Amino acid sequence: MDSNEVKMSVELDVFVGNTTIMDEEVYQLWLDGYTVSDAVSIRMKSGILEQFGTTEDVLESDTMDHYRTFQMTERLLHHPSKLVNQVLFQIPPHRQAMLIERYYAFDEAFVREVLGKKLSKGTKKDLDDVSAKTGITLKSCRRQFDNFKRVFKVVEEMKGPLVENVQCNFLLSDKLARDYAAIVFFANSRFETGKKKLQYLTFEDFAFCACQLIQNWTVGAVDNMVEDMDVDLDKEFLQDLKDLKILITDKDMLDQHKSLVCTGLRGKIQVFNEMEGNFKNLSRGLINIAAKLTNTKDVRDFFIDLVEKVIEPCKADRWLISDVRAFLTQYTNSARALDGFKYVQSS
Amino acid sequence: MPGKLKVKICAGRHLPVMDRASDLTDAFVEVKFSNTTFKTEVYPKSLNPQWNSEWFKFEVDDEDLQDEPLQITVLDHDTYSANDAIGKVYIDIDPLLCSEAATVICGWFPIYDTIHGIRGEINVSVKVDLFNDLNRFRQSSCGVKFFCSTSIPKCYKAVVVHGFVEELVVNEDPEYQWIDRIRTPRASNEARQRLISLMSGELQRKIGLKVLEMGGNAVVGYLQCFDLEGESGLVVRAIGTACTLDKISNTSAAQLPACNSPSKEIKESPPVHPTSHGCRSTHNSPIHTASGSRLTQSFSVSVPTLIYTGMGSGGSAGKDGGHLKTLLRQQTQSALEQREFPFFTLTSFPLGFLIHAGGVVSARSVKLLDRIHNPAFVGIMGNTRSYKLLDWNSFTADEPETRDAWWEEIRQEIKSHAKALGCHAVVGYSESTSICEEVCILSASGTAAVLNPKFLQDGCLDCYSENRLEDTSPPSCGFCHIPYDELNMPFPAHLTYCCNCRRQKVPDVLFTTIDLPVEAAVTGRGCLIQARLCRLKKKAQGEANATAISNLLPFMEYELHTQLMNKLKLRGMNALFGLRIQISVGENMLVGLASATGVYLTALPAPGGIQIAGKTPSDIAYEQHISNIQKKINDTVSRNKELYEIHPLEISEEVIGSPIPEPRQRSRLLRSHSESSDEVSELDLSHGKKDAFVLEIDDADAVEDILSLLTDAPLPTGFYSCNTENMPGIHNWTSSIQMFTTVRVFRLNNVNLTNQGLNKSFNDLCENLLKSLYFKLRSMIPCCLCHLNFTVAVPEDELIQVAATAVAMTFDKDQAQEILKSNTAPMKAISENEEQLQFPMELSSDSPSVQTFPPSKGFLENASPQTIQGTSRATSVDYSSFADRCNSWIELIKLKAQTIRRGSIKTTPSLDKASPLAEGHLRLRSTPSCTDSTVTVVKMTPLSFIPGAKIIKYLGIINMFFIRETTSLREEGGVSGFLHTFIAEVFAMVRAHVAALGGNAVISYIMKECVFMENSNKNQAQCLINVSGDAVILIRESEQEGVPIQTHGSTSQTPQSGGAPVS
Repeated sequence: MDSNEVKMSVELDVFVGNTTIMDEEVYQLWLDGYTVSDAVSIRMKSGILEQFGTTEDVLESDTMDHYRTFQMTERLLHHPSKLVNQVLFQIPPHRQAMLIERYYAFDEAFVREVLGKKLSKGTKKDLDDVSAKTGITLKSCRRQFDNFKRVFKVVEEMKGPLVENVQCNFLLSDKLARDYAAIVFFANSRFETGKKKLQYLTFEDFAFCACQLIQNWTVGAVDNMVEDMDVDLDKEFLQDLKDLKILITDKDMLDQHKSLVCTGLRGKIQVFNEMEGNFKNLSRGLINIAAKLTNTKDVRDFFIDLVEKVIEPCKADRWLISDVRAFLTQYTNSARALDGFKYVQSS
Repeated sequence: MPGKLKVKICAGRHLPVMDRASDLTDAFVEVKFSNTTFKTEVYPKSLNPQWNSEWFKFEVDDEDLQDEPLQITVLDHDTYSANDAIGKVYIDIDPLLCSEAATVICGWFPIYDTIHGIRGEINVSVKVDLFNDLNRFRQSSCGVKFFCSTSIPKCYKAVVVHGFVEELVVNEDPEYQWIDRIRTPRASNEARQRLISLMSGELQRKIGLKVLEMGGNAVVGYLQCFDLEGESGLVVRAIGTACTLDKISNTSAAQLPACNSPSKEIKESPPVHPTSHGCRSTHNSPIHTASGSRLTQSFSVSVPTLIYTGMGSGGSAGKDGGHLKTLLRQQTQSALEQREFPFFTLTSFPLGFLIHAGGVVSARSVKLLDRIHNPAFVGIMGNTRSYKLLDWNSFTADEPETRDAWWEEIRQEIKSHAKALGCHAVVGYSESTSICEEVCILSASGTAAVLNPKFLQDGCLDCYSENRLEDTSPPSCGFCHIPYDELNMPFPAHLTYCCNCRRQKVPDVLFTTIDLPVEAAVTGRGCLIQARLCRLKKKAQGEANATAISNLLPFMEYELHTQLMNKLKLRGMNALFGLRIQISVGENMLVGLASATGVYLTALPAPGGIQIAGKTPSDIAYEQHISNIQKKINDTVSRNKELYEIHPLEISEEVIGSPIPEPRQRSRLLRSHSESSDEVSELDLSHGKKDAFVLEIDDADAVEDILSLLTDAPLPTGFYSCNTENMPGIHNWTSSIQMFTTVRVFRLNNVNLTNQGLNKSFNDLCENLLKSLYFKLRSMIPCCLCHLNFTVAVPEDELIQVAATAVAMTFDKDQAQEILKSNTAPMKAISENEEQLQFPMELSSDSPSVQTFPPSKGFLENASPQTIQGTSRATSVDYSSFADRCNSWIELIKLKAQTIRRGSIKTTPSLDKASPLAEGHLRLRSTPSCTDSTVTVVKMTPLSFIPGAKIIKYLGIINMFFIRETTSLREEGGVSGFLHTFIAEVFAMVRAHVAALGGNAVISYIMKECVFMENSNKNQAQCLINVSGDAVILIRESEQEGVPIQTHGSTSQTPQSGGAPVS
């Protein structure tokens, strides 16, 4: 009627449930680093207002409540075992698992930027570049980076299987724990993954490699009882790899090896002629990579070297994946069969 | 020396880092009780210390055991400077003093600090060895059980309901002591926490003494509040209902439906004389001469006993009221006569306890805290729109008085109001205060009632022959029948014959403060109704201020009442339950908030519509405007009727075929005087008849008021709300519940406030809060918000604070229909044969759907609210057949009432109905195994039950008081962040204490106080929270079937083994 509308502002607005209410959508928005107002407008676009016949301020209040709750739980999420035994929030076990899993989940784009980099303050400072490049909010980048670093710090010096260590300390699912093991492993050996030539590889690819490396090339792989752990490559093993040089330096050996491989593969691969013509180069590429691994610098370039020296030549000749697999198997087995080589059994 | 308290400190965990250098803590613990202190060893350099101390033994009086809390302080040892306190734990050991409650307290308690909040946990075990004390002059009252629930606790039966007990203790508030100027706020706050804990203990002990004196053994509906009166002190006061309770034996307990049904065994139970409870001797020294120095400033005066005579003088014994009524009244009178205040804090009662409910009685008085002020306002809120200001000037203003006397005068007033309504008792009674500076509003309210004397006095059963009872009305409508005499009514009201039994008169509208009786016949569903009001007030000091407030109060009450009435009619309902009217005072305004649950009582006539009448005639535009409003209102009414499924049968006088009007009543109908000839039209559902509620529009204000009626947003689909224990029309709860607390503070920014603008803002505020709740809890649909009570406060000049604690409970919609259907089947098969009737009747009396009418086919099809909102389907309902069936239904109720009276019906086990829930239970039961968490899940609810679960043991009351302060408000997330954390911490501490008692749930939980103060400029804030509830052990109903319940009496039972914990 008349203009005596009283202006009101909400000074304080809280909602606390005995069982903590956590909306998964809002949690994701929070994890993705959106501000409250961004989150509100994203939620509005989803048509939630119409669906529940409510207003923007209700949505804002709800989002605020959730954000506060998440901020309060964040401290606990840093040490998931604390979340399970804390008393402040009553959260059903399956919700706790969801909170932890989502908190430690990471973006593919982000992990590809950081994988193999030193998890240091310097890297953290560059996160705004990562954010700009990937389109992931800086806040989210920081959370993911801090997660990597936290997990790394905890399991770095720990004995025993890496994946289990991650899983026990951070209560993650099998899949996520394996991914973290890969991240930790890459960060520890500082494998270069960011070069342009490596861009076509996904995190999944690297994680697979990491898994293989952990299983076969670390101290833990040789002997579970050994003091050292899964994180570092087995120095002794890398030293032994130098002995492989004989395969390319000794002319006789090289020819013998080649003929054994060719015999084995004849008629079994499509690119036999290319393989036969290129055998020397391929073998040299492989052996050189293996022999250099005692140098930390060369360990870092492991993947780039593999791509340049092995994968690219094969690609140029249009090898199929089955061809590569057959070749490598035959290559390894034939080497074992060579006279002066029978004692090297563990590659 | 009748008690030995033993305490063992086991371990700590998650302690904060106290030594920055080592990132560790050198923790030790001080255990203090009364004046004795023990210390543990220092456990160096650990955040998870293992003290494993010996059992520290305190040899103490049981009086101290009741008063004192056990105080545990965790400290960080520091060789060079003073030891730093990490935090404290206060443990109320009262539950250990009662053999039927907990036997040991053992568990992880959060370590709490007023500045830092929860800082880790400590594992403590506490035991008490009590020696029997036969000293008849003893000051302790160990063994008296306390319950916050306002109904008889589930595993007990009431042998005698003795009546009202009250007590208050006063002390100086440490915050306002001179020493506050030199000590830190933290020290002050800790002193306050300690003091209130101590005063609560003392208060409880004194109440206990009164109970023993009355021959009771328990207090039910125990409500303790504190008043922060500022410089004039701190008052802790409590009221409750003294009862003699008997534990129900296992077999009968198993037969009882777990939720909200009053025990039917009561009738069969022989009267037990509470001779064994001892200490019935007169108390010569009721004033506690404080031992030692700690409470020297406290004083408490027992109220002198007044015997109220002249009960009949109110002219309420009617000529036309029937012999029975008079007879009943006389007997009740004799039982109640000895009582000073025949008040009962209970809100729901054993079957047959409540005979009539007269209406709401309330009284308020404005006091100046440093001196006495005349009570400015007292009034009856009856069950009509009439409003009455009683003139009274019974005392002189200069006489020095205590808080006790203030309350006494209010209670006297309540009592006289009840009498004016022809009632001898007040049920659903509660008291509250609102304080602003030195002005204090004391309020009390309740429901005037006539009670069955059988429960009120031991040994009275003999003088009350059973056959007299048989003449009383059926339980489904009896309580609605007027207790007063219709020729001598305390206020103008329309009376009609009860639509249910057609024998007694009922008012057109009934307001009460109690819960809807479970046996009441209700049509459709209920809903929360709120009236909201703000009134500006000039800033003033002292007496002028008090006078201004007292002048405003009657208008506020009147307007709130009018709003309630309008909103009730707008929803097509005719009764309010659980009415709570709160008026809060601030510097420059008064805020009033009334909440209640509206229902359509089948016994009461259909409410007339709301008719708008304009005063200014012959203005076409204006007329048009009016008719528009009228149309809107009519639309709203019919929409609401659809929404709440209110489809009462239209009983007209033509229904001769109905066997109800007996010749005697026929003649009485004819005899009734001219005014009651309206009765015929009362039953008409159409609007605009002369019985319609007429709203006159004489100015713009009135138009605004009417329009504001229509602004209440409709409930979202799938949501229901009520502020009572049970929601009419919803019974098949699932076990999914969510208790929550929400607090909002609003700042009014406009300098030129007007009443209207203010009202609108306040209205919006409440509506928005409700909307937020609906949105937040959307995942629980279909669900009902139960016990949704708002509390308002005006903490500062332009601030309004609204807080609510409620529980959202989901229910199974499909199942509801199945039950209805399965009930309809036997109904159709009903023949005239009474024997055949008994089985289905008994079934349905155990299944809660007894209150719903067997709906017609069309009704069922449209039962889901979604379709109701969309379609108008009134035409599709076959009203005539519906009415027929309802009539036969009424018949059944009558028959059933009679058979029950004869005691011919045996209680049939009602376990069957739990089975559809079993699936949900199984899933829930399996959850604990998949976590290795050491934290017990504790459910909380403001209700006295948890659906799908059975309470097997009450462990004692939880009554906790916390203060939290901060000097880094911004860093803690501002005011919201600060309060959010604090409320979560309070929940956590309540849960931890319950778990330590061996419990897995808190029922009847309320947040009695939430006082929030901030100073943003200084980056500071402070908050006080007081909560209470009953700690209980629950088991799932499905478990109960297979597993035999363990023997209750065994005191050696450890709480850990007590019952399978509910996940």
